[in-house]
Amino acid sequence: MKPADNPALADDRVSPLWHAVPWLLAIAFYFMAAGYHSLGTSILVYILLTLSLDLALGYAGIITLGHAAFFGFGAYAAALFAIHVYSEPVTGIIVATVATGIFAALTGMLILHTQGVTLLMLTLAISILLAEWANRAHTITGGEDGLRVTMGYVLGLFRFDLWGRVAYLYALAVLFVWFLAAWSIVHSPFGRSLDGIRQSPARMRAIGTPVWWRLVAIYALSGAMAGTAGALSAQTTRFVGLNTLHVLISGIAVVMLVLGGTKRLYGAFIGATIYVVVQDIAAKINPFYWMFVIGGLLMATVMFLEGGLMEVLDIVRRRFRQLFARVKS
Amino acid sequence: MSAAPGSALQVRGLSKNFGALAVAQSIDLDLAPGARMGLIGPNGAGKTTFINLLTGMLSPDAGSIHLNGEAIDRMKPEDRVRRGLARTHQINTLLNETNVRDNVAIAVAEREKIAWRTLRFRPQWRACLDEADERLREIGIAEVADRRVSELPYGRQRLLEIAIALALKPRVLLLDEPAAGVPSAESHIIHDVLDRLPKDIAILIIEHDMDVVFRFAKEITVLVQGRILTRGVPQQIAADPEVRAVYLGRSVK
Repeated sequence: MKPADNPALADDRVSPLWHAVPWLLAIAFYFMAAGYHSLGTSILVYILLTLSLDLALGYAGIITLGHAAFFGFGAYAAALFAIHVYSEPVTGIIVATVATGIFAALTGMLILHTQGVTLLMLTLAISILLAEWANRAHTITGGEDGLRVTMGYVLGLFRFDLWGRVAYLYALAVLFVWFLAAWSIVHSPFGRSLDGIRQSPARMRAIGTPVWWRLVAIYALSGAMAGTAGALSAQTTRFVGLNTLHVLISGIAVVMLVLGGTKRLYGAFIGATIYVVVQDIAAKINPFYWMFVIGGLLMATVMFLEGGLMEVLDIVRRRFRQLFARVKS
Repeated sequence: MSAAPGSALQVRGLSKNFGALAVAQSIDLDLAPGARMGLIGPNGAGKTTFINLLTGMLSPDAGSIHLNGEAIDRMKPEDRVRRGLARTHQINTLLNETNVRDNVAIAVAEREKIAWRTLRFRPQWRACLDEADERLREIGIAEVADRRVSELPYGRQRLLEIAIALALKPRVLLLDEPAAGVPSAESHIIHDVLDRLPKDIAILIIEHDMDVVFRFAKEITVLVQGRILTRGVPQQIAADPEVRAVYLGRSVK
């Protein structure tokens, strides 16, 4: 069997040109999509959230519906830090990320000795508890009214403008940094051990892997990343409300991940983009039935494309390669 | 209790009850470095329970286990592995979606304690892959290194299990039915590999196939209802009327 037949191996052999495509598209969007920058920013936020889920759910196999807790935690942390301490966004996002990472590590230690449906319920429970607490703690979180935030200049230099141009580039930069980290993680020995844990915890224990610690570590990292996404959302919309903690956010992230393709990193890019764009277009055509389109897409993907929409790209890529080979010979 | 010097694995008074059922009753066992011991007994004798007690999947009610003189009976399974106690599994627990080379390389990475790395890992991971190739060559399955485990014939999967265990560079190796399920036409490959296992490793083999045990083991321990019935060299065991009555039920050459 040729290594190219194995997607896990083929992934390593992707020409660097392909890696440039999504980022070039994102930059092109900045110049061409006047008036759509805030939509673009919200896509970037969802990509980051979905990417974080890919690490925990896709690679490490941690069954979770609780990432809304981290998204919302990061959002409130960033808002509260900006209001009470310091309004510079980069400082705020670092603080929110670290705080969410610690929160994720602590909850992970509590629940990651379980698996399957038990784990799913526990992630859900923590998410609901946090949302309910935020609802009650009106003096801190603003309760139903949410929190309005005034942000400072990015690094003291760039002001978030009315059209969301700076916010878009800021979000893109943050996503890029986390993407590099995620890429490094999944290709490292650490990432490979997570892939092993997802497939067979018994095997990994038999070779001396401290399974629980590894899971806690990736859960904390993934939570921190989701926290960054929440913080980005709070900073760029200058508002944070209870909806950031809603279980629906976790569900949307799972749908985006499955739509785009798990264990691929770029699957998050495709899934989140398609979801937000379809939602935007379909809701304009018919505000009540747009979920039908998403539902239909999801069904088609799950039934016909095991690897999500990334598989369509794989086919395109293979065709290109064949074409090149033919042109050469 | 301190362990006798020079013993790779020393078990004293190991006991375990499941409710009223005693699955291990005061088991004593010694493995010297390089030992080749067979553990046999009828179904339900407690062989797998004994392995699980050694590896830490179960915790004993009483007794002690020393590995190279160090008490390990309170340690977590992964810590026992890190100290040199490796095992193979009766049923396949390999990483089926991963290729053969990576299956071994991941084990090497754990042994070398680089499995936590997420930065500047490339040269070290490269070294793990190279060592994995070497282990696969030693065991004679280098040609399938790029294949996914799920595509391998069963016999090759059993060999891969052994290759992974050896990649941990254990002092003591527990082989849980290494030839189970392998078609008889291929079993000679397993035998060859067993014969060539490093001489310094102490090995305990559990196996239903009496031909394998009597070929491989220098001494045999017979377990019945969680108790050691008798032990001795293969000829003694084969000739022991009590063993034949409770277990073999037939004569062994």
